[in-house]
Amino acid sequence: MTEIRNYTMNFGPQHPAAHGVLRLVLELDGEVIQRADPHVGLLHRATEKLAESKPYNQSIGYMDRLDYVSMMCNEHGYVLAIEKLLGLEPPVRAQYIRVMFDEITRILNHLLWIGAHALDVGAMTMFLYAFREREDLMDCYEAVSGTRMHATYYRPGGVYRDLPESMSRYEPSKWHNEKEVERMNADRQGSLLDFIEAFSDRFPGYVDEYETLLTDNRIWKQRTVGIGVVEPERAIALGFTGPMLRGSGVEWDLRRKQPYEVYDRLDFDIPVGATGDCYDRYLVRMEEMRQSNHIIRQCVAWLRANPGPVMVDNHKVAPPHRETMKRDMESLIHHFKLFTEGYCLPAGEAYAAVEHPKGEFGCYLVSDGANKPYRLKIRAPGFVHISAMDEMVRGHMLADLVAVIGSQDIVFGEVDR
Amino acid sequence: MNLIRSLANLVPFELARGLALTGRKMFARKITIQYPEEKTPKSPRFRGLHALRRYANGEERCIACKLCEAVCPALAITIESEQRADGSRRTTRYEIDLFKCIFCGFCEESCPVDSIVETDILEYHFENRGENILSKEQLLAIGDKHEASIAAARARDAAYR
Repeated sequence: MTEIRNYTMNFGPQHPAAHGVLRLVLELDGEVIQRADPHVGLLHRATEKLAESKPYNQSIGYMDRLDYVSMMCNEHGYVLAIEKLLGLEPPVRAQYIRVMFDEITRILNHLLWIGAHALDVGAMTMFLYAFREREDLMDCYEAVSGTRMHATYYRPGGVYRDLPESMSRYEPSKWHNEKEVERMNADRQGSLLDFIEAFSDRFPGYVDEYETLLTDNRIWKQRTVGIGVVEPERAIALGFTGPMLRGSGVEWDLRRKQPYEVYDRLDFDIPVGATGDCYDRYLVRMEEMRQSNHIIRQCVAWLRANPGPVMVDNHKVAPPHRETMKRDMESLIHHFKLFTEGYCLPAGEAYAAVEHPKGEFGCYLVSDGANKPYRLKIRAPGFVHISAMDEMVRGHMLADLVAVIGSQDIVFGEVDR
Repeated sequence: MNLIRSLANLVPFELARGLALTGRKMFARKITIQYPEEKTPKSPRFRGLHALRRYANGEERCIACKLCEAVCPALAITIESEQRADGSRRTTRYEIDLFKCIFCGFCEESCPVDSIVETDILEYHFENRGENILSKEQLLAIGDKHEASIAAARARDAAYR
């Protein structure tokens, strides 16, 4: 009698559905997964170690590159930790700008997620539609920071520059004449806030479009309903956060439970799922996009009415205005001190967490009183979620694994750090 | 009632609705642009290829204070300096390794004389090994060529800096 042995197979690290460099060693019984063993570390860049050799501000740019689809939220966690240790309170306008861009980032992240997830499951069009909206949001990123992705926009003590009063516009070309360009520039006539508001007017309609394509779609439901079910107790025990936890029906959101910045002044709902399967996580994220849009609209209204500084006036932490720096000796000294030595944090430790689109993103900072961290520990939500991969896919078919990876919303920049 | 619903479910209405949506989009106005001939608008804060600027009288701005070298998180900038014949302090070597650069914009932010800037150029390529390191001459040449657009972008954003 022949012995029947399970089949061991590598999934990734170059699999198109593996979202980057995920390598899963799968033990298969026919097409049923007996065991899934995620191997991480292929994108390890030693961000935590690198931060130990740089003044605090210089690591901000590297935070963008952790979870490279929700850039500003990573920065937020990092600057919050620094501010906590410094005892620094950014101006209210800066807090509103941060909240607004956190929510823009959330939409950006969920758009990429729905595009990639649907593409993995077989719905090609979603990807194209999601990128249509991402383009507008990336223009917002570019307008404030100068880059479409790796912004380096949040700074301890505020944000780098105020929101611009004008947007760049399309130029006529041989493909688009004056009249067409005028139509393309319709939203770009006013300030960035006008642009964002115009987007937030359109956006709920776009989410409706996505839902038309997916929510009732029987193929989509067959691929996601009942797949990767996580009980609420297990979700908590496994350390899930964000939509993964809320999809299981646990109402836990740091924006509500430990409000940072101005979230306690804003009105929004927290969607929760019922069964904890891929479909519920999908519904939660879709609703989160609508709620984010709602928050953005409140922020736009507030920011319009309340001009003011976006950076603290403490030149030990924030550089002085460029013109002042060129006229005033004291400011020039501050400028030079800040860009060479940086600033020192008091000895101690701080943990600051934000509700990142994927879950709780936290930075644990230990300072020995120097101008660079003694230790920086990053709590990445994706790492916790991928740790539960085995439990979520065991007993499912191989094709369902792809749906589970998609609904975990894994990004390897943060898992491997 | 359940029977009716089950029977109705046999007809894929929701798929038809999805198809109708994509069908509508097929005839909607295209949002794409024809790339090399036309481009998407770029913010005046855009951070692209680096350049070194000169003053209007042709004198290079850089005074070799090495702030950009100190602030660069990726250690992409290398500077050596010497006293020039007229007694002014100038760089003899100013190199940026574009493979190391992470385009964070700190060099431009730190420069006290607005010498090193990140222009809005994003289309460039290398054909040979070593071309990723921009020398001082190359950087100044980029600056000379694009001074008008560099100055215009800085002027547009001056109020926020």
